[in-house]
Amino acid sequence: MQTVQRAPMPLRILRSRAGGVLPILAILAVLLVLVAVRQPDFLAPPSLLSFLGRSAPIILLAAGQYFVIVSGEFDLSVGSLVTAQVVVAARLIDSDPSRTWPVVAVLLVGGAFVGLVNGLVTTRLRVPSFITTLGMFLILVGAVYLWSDGAPKGGLSEEFRRFGRRAFEDVPVLGRVPYALVVLLVVAALAVLLMRSDFGRTLVAVGDNPRTAELSGVPVWRTRTIAFVLSGLAAAVAAILLGGYSGVSFQAGAGLEFGAITAVVLGGVALGGGRGSVVGAMLGALTLELLFTLMNFYGVSGALRSTVQGAIILIAVAVSGLRFSSR
Amino acid sequence: MAALAAVTLLSLVGCATDEPAATPSGTASEAAGAGTGEQSKFFVQADYDNELALLAAAPTGPADKPWEQALNPTMVDTAKFKKPGPYKICFSNAGLNNPWRQVGFKTMQAEVEAQKSRIKEFVHVDAEGKDQKQIADINDLLGKGCSALIVSPNTTATLTPAVEAACSAGLPVVVFDRGVNTKCPVTFINPIGGYGFGHVGAEFVSQKMKPGGKVLALRILPGVDVLETRWSAAKVAFDKAKVDVVGVEFTDGDPAKTKKIVNDYLQRYGTIDGVWMDAGAVAVAAVEAFQDAGKPVPPINGEDQLDFLKIWKDKNLTAIAPTYPTYQWRTPIIAALRILDGQQVASPWKLPQPTVTRENLDSYLDPNMPPLHYAMCGCTDLPGYPQRWK
Repeated sequence: MQTVQRAPMPLRILRSRAGGVLPILAILAVLLVLVAVRQPDFLAPPSLLSFLGRSAPIILLAAGQYFVIVSGEFDLSVGSLVTAQVVVAARLIDSDPSRTWPVVAVLLVGGAFVGLVNGLVTTRLRVPSFITTLGMFLILVGAVYLWSDGAPKGGLSEEFRRFGRRAFEDVPVLGRVPYALVVLLVVAALAVLLMRSDFGRTLVAVGDNPRTAELSGVPVWRTRTIAFVLSGLAAAVAAILLGGYSGVSFQAGAGLEFGAITAVVLGGVALGGGRGSVVGAMLGALTLELLFTLMNFYGVSGALRSTVQGAIILIAVAVSGLRFSSR
Repeated sequence: MAALAAVTLLSLVGCATDEPAATPSGTASEAAGAGTGEQSKFFVQADYDNELALLAAAPTGPADKPWEQALNPTMVDTAKFKKPGPYKICFSNAGLNNPWRQVGFKTMQAEVEAQKSRIKEFVHVDAEGKDQKQIADINDLLGKGCSALIVSPNTTATLTPAVEAACSAGLPVVVFDRGVNTKCPVTFINPIGGYGFGHVGAEFVSQKMKPGGKVLALRILPGVDVLETRWSAAKVAFDKAKVDVVGVEFTDGDPAKTKKIVNDYLQRYGTIDGVWMDAGAVAVAAVEAFQDAGKPVPPINGEDQLDFLKIWKDKNLTAIAPTYPTYQWRTPIIAALRILDGQQVASPWKLPQPTVTRENLDSYLDPNMPPLHYAMCGCTDLPGYPQRWK
């Protein structure tokens, strides 16, 4: 970590050692070229910005998942958390615009609370996070089903939906800047700042070697619990954007946990923790979305998406395993 | 550790899609750009011809109560079921797992309340969309002293033996919505059906869109008879009109997925000139995808769900809404009471299936009802309206 601190800023972001973002930037560049060849219009500011806006939820979830993974844990509950939040939001708002902001607050608190429970169960009760968050996944799915009788009720107000759907219109040069993109940039900046703070370094140290961290006086359980809370918060923000984008849906968050984990792994973050950057994780999500867009342009069936995700997880983990074992 | 984690993750990827959403959503994309593809194996020409004829048929029964009307009815004698009231009516329900069924069930409960002088007890068992549970439910109900049994089967073939067992227990059985492969129930109640639904939407879209334009067909999922018939009738209409169907995609009824699909097609083809849907649940998401992309909304069909009717009116869309009316949930109660009275009933009982058009849109659009309500509930005269449906 010492070398990282001393390196000048641009070098720090682009450092090509294990866990750096150079490989993912290279993949992203290749995909951009392929997209440009097939569908040059896509790279025009309006369509590119709306693509970034649409990708914001998965990028946020990747950032949230990064905190947990880099600390050495997993969070499989985020997809069902997103679904639960969207369904809860619709029922609480019930198409009444005046309830928008209170419900946004409720969602953020709820997301943080679910993360807190995940974190405490994992760290204090020593349940492996795989099991904790898988359990939370099932609890949330069941609770939502029970609470809503299996069909969503109520409706989201236009005020709530604008975060995921609307944009700043008539921006010079860029044209239309989705609110979701602005939210994403703000959260991304906060995430980068957080990782550069003492907490960020502690988090990575905990994932790298929890025992050493413990011995040097780091409260490991508290650090990991905070990572889960951050993941829950990211899921809440993603739920607000996704609910806004598509409206009430029982499948709003289906499969997102795998998308987020794939993105994190693709972004060069080591499963098991201790290596990788939050920028890499977010770029991984962007790359994954761009890959799916490219597959669409080439008319590849959407059903192949989960196959591609699976292959990426395997290849990325295998490649990083080779890199680390050869040093 | 990492490799182990990856393997576990992969096995989870497999089981993350165990919902109905798991149906192979890829098969249809192969048809993209290749027209409407093969005809569905669910297609039966005679049924298709029959349903299209029924669309034009004049119903018998009171004009202001379509749930009591029947199309080309054949009456059956029910004298042997006559018994004095009040009655205990039992209902084995496939599930309440979508807004259509929720609205329908509330309508049925209200009908029971309206008839409370003649119904002493109404027993409802929800099978939660599971065949096995519904088989057990029906079996349980047989021992509960029901005067009549109403069944809305979860799936056709699997529930047939359970319904047959109920018939042979001697009580009158009324089946509605989805059917069973047996004639033993006293009557089977449903609207005209999927061919009529699919045909009305497809004919409208192909007539209203610009000639030679590109149509995107959005389906919920494959392999369900009521939905397969809708698509197969649409396929016939599109083939006849020689429109260019650029894609047939499955949405799983998910608005987010629908929006992505429509957006993908808009990016791939630039414009889409018509959208056909086999169910209205995600029609609003499709409309929004055009709006968010800054494109005009092409001719489209939805269903009588209020969110669609509202956006249709607000945005002045070129649209139509064939329906699968929720008022059919009233009819089984009425039928059961008539059977227990020994009155003749239509069997099969084919209900009319109205279409919402630009001309009658205003009469169905009640802005005070929630977005997921179905306009064709026939429930405005029932006890507790409108609060019960909110």
